[in-house]
Amino acid sequence: MSILINKNTKIITQGITGKTGQFHTEKCQEYANGKECFVAGVNPKKAGESIFNIPIYASVKEAAAETGATVSVIYVPPPGAAAAIWEAVEADLDLAICITEGIPVRDMLMLRNKMKEKEAKGGKKTLLLGPNCPGLITPDEVKIGIMPGHIHRKGRIGVVSRSGTLTYEAVGQLTEIGLGQSSAVGIGGDPINGLKHIDVMKMFNDDPDTDAVIMIGEIGGPDEAEAAMWCKENMKKPVVGFIAGVTAPAGKRMGHAGALISGGADTADAKLEIMEACGFTVTRNPSEMAKLLKGLL
Amino acid sequence: MKIHEYQGKQLLKKFGVTVPRGIHCTTVEDAVKAAETLGGKVWVVKAQIHAGGRGKGGGVKVATSLEKVREYAGQILGMQLITHQTGPEGQKVRHLLIEEGADIQHEYYVAALTDRATQSVAIMASYEGGMDIEEVAHNTPEKIVKVFVNPLVGLTDEQGLELAKGMGMLESSIPQCIDTLKKLYTCYMETDASLAEINPLIHEGDGTVKAIDAKFNFDSNSLYRQPEIVAMRDLDEEDADEIEASKFDLAYISLDGNIGCLVNGAGLAMATMDTIKLFGAEPANFLDVGGGATTEKVTEAFKIMLKNTKVKGILVNIFGGIMKCDTIAAGVVAAAKEVNLSVPLVVRMKGTNEDMGKQILKDSGLPIISADSMAEAATKIVAAVK
Repeated sequence: MSILINKNTKIITQGITGKTGQFHTEKCQEYANGKECFVAGVNPKKAGESIFNIPIYASVKEAAAETGATVSVIYVPPPGAAAAIWEAVEADLDLAICITEGIPVRDMLMLRNKMKEKEAKGGKKTLLLGPNCPGLITPDEVKIGIMPGHIHRKGRIGVVSRSGTLTYEAVGQLTEIGLGQSSAVGIGGDPINGLKHIDVMKMFNDDPDTDAVIMIGEIGGPDEAEAAMWCKENMKKPVVGFIAGVTAPAGKRMGHAGALISGGADTADAKLEIMEACGFTVTRNPSEMAKLLKGLL
Repeated sequence: MKIHEYQGKQLLKKFGVTVPRGIHCTTVEDAVKAAETLGGKVWVVKAQIHAGGRGKGGGVKVATSLEKVREYAGQILGMQLITHQTGPEGQKVRHLLIEEGADIQHEYYVAALTDRATQSVAIMASYEGGMDIEEVAHNTPEKIVKVFVNPLVGLTDEQGLELAKGMGMLESSIPQCIDTLKKLYTCYMETDASLAEINPLIHEGDGTVKAIDAKFNFDSNSLYRQPEIVAMRDLDEEDADEIEASKFDLAYISLDGNIGCLVNGAGLAMATMDTIKLFGAEPANFLDVGGGATTEKVTEAFKIMLKNTKVKGILVNIFGGIMKCDTIAAGVVAAAKEVNLSVPLVVRMKGTNEDMGKQILKDSGLPIISADSMAEAATKIVAAVK
């Protein structure tokens, strides 16, 4: 029915007692099967207490052992966020979703290499989504993150994007013309992150309940081109592609730390060209993403 | 965040990299005194601005007498230095670096930066130093050697040797070169840099390996734990409006067009700019109001956009998620009234409480043009400014 998460997913919230964590946990609980899905929170100082009827544990490991949760969502502030992700990895979870914006790049560099080292030594692989991302949602089942639930509709289109509001834009357009989503995934705007476009495209390709995908990218970095090359050889489903930042000047960070043109191969034009050459239906008009996709079905 | 060359060299020196002796100054008198203090017969007078290409623009001069130091310092201080990185208006020179001359035998290039694809630190080196490395990368990419450093391990001796040999370093200077590369790497990591570039790195007649220039860029997410780096910030070198915007937690970048845009989310903001261009006009700015926009924040955003006299119209594009459209609408109305908005304003709102938001705009009595899609909004604002 979806990728990565569904109505049976059991979730731990790290940073549940902070302002952001509380606000979004409540919204996530209200959405679809949220009450059953969000089973634990973590805060060493408040272990034994509960919030919104969710029990709080001292550590991710303990929370996972007690509740059987396999996924964690992280709202911990930047200075401690990388350590929070590492805690989820050490607890052998399947997936850690980090919403936090503003984590030092060096912390993410260290963390990603520690994660790879753990896998290389035969340890369990924990997938990471984010950081600096809106999270992901499988409509009518579960929402993990900060996206507005009500714009979504259950269906068979996958959406993957670095940007939060641009994901909502694509989802809103799809819902408006009667196309629902299988899952919508925000991979985040940071230069050093976990799941990339290519990883999510592979999952959508393998998901029997996804018929087509909208892939949205931005200036900066090689990720969209890498995904497009993979799709050229392997993708069995139609893809609509858009890259934001045709008008962005080189050398200026456009809000996202990752949205910075560095080489010349990572401009919006260059990426659009590669995506088109790899069989995507690309557009320079972000208002027609859903309409174009409908034409491909 | 960027720093000046003289500050970059202080950092390199702190981490053990050999740099020429030099003194930072801000007046002609101090420049002459600096040259006297340094002694010797040759001095380099270097303009300190945050842009590259200073030499070509006339901002770096070699002086062979104290009179020449005085003359060059007088020429350079206060000049509008124009380089390929400053834009046509140039950048005013407020700081000088007076350095002892170096016995340059050959100029190399070395740099450290974070590589997204391999999630490691890339160290690049080339025999072709002293010139624009982007040209080298474009024309003769085989002349650049690269190693990828696992941050859990650090730069190894083998990698250091590979770089030193690959960049064609003078055989007898290879050990000092490897040592320099390791120190550069340590400096890069410990200061939370996002770029550390030495161009040129030289060897002198006696084999000494020395950093003749230093260019640093720092990860803005890490500044909270780098007080020493933050203290080096020079606001004179940054865009005043961007600084003002950052005080209100707004991400703002001024551009060359005439349509101001105010959007929530960086990706959507770029997409909005692109749509404006697609429909025949150019955006005047990038402006992301972020997640929690209040009336105050929206008002400040309008003020900052309107400081730019080129702005002939404004497009507001909000996808209301957590941020509700009615809140934004109230903010837009209050802001338009406070700044006595006199240019056309198109507002496109989607998402949470969309209808309430539209009603607020309608009831405001202001001539706000409403739109349903980004494309419609762009069409309308482009038509309105023509």
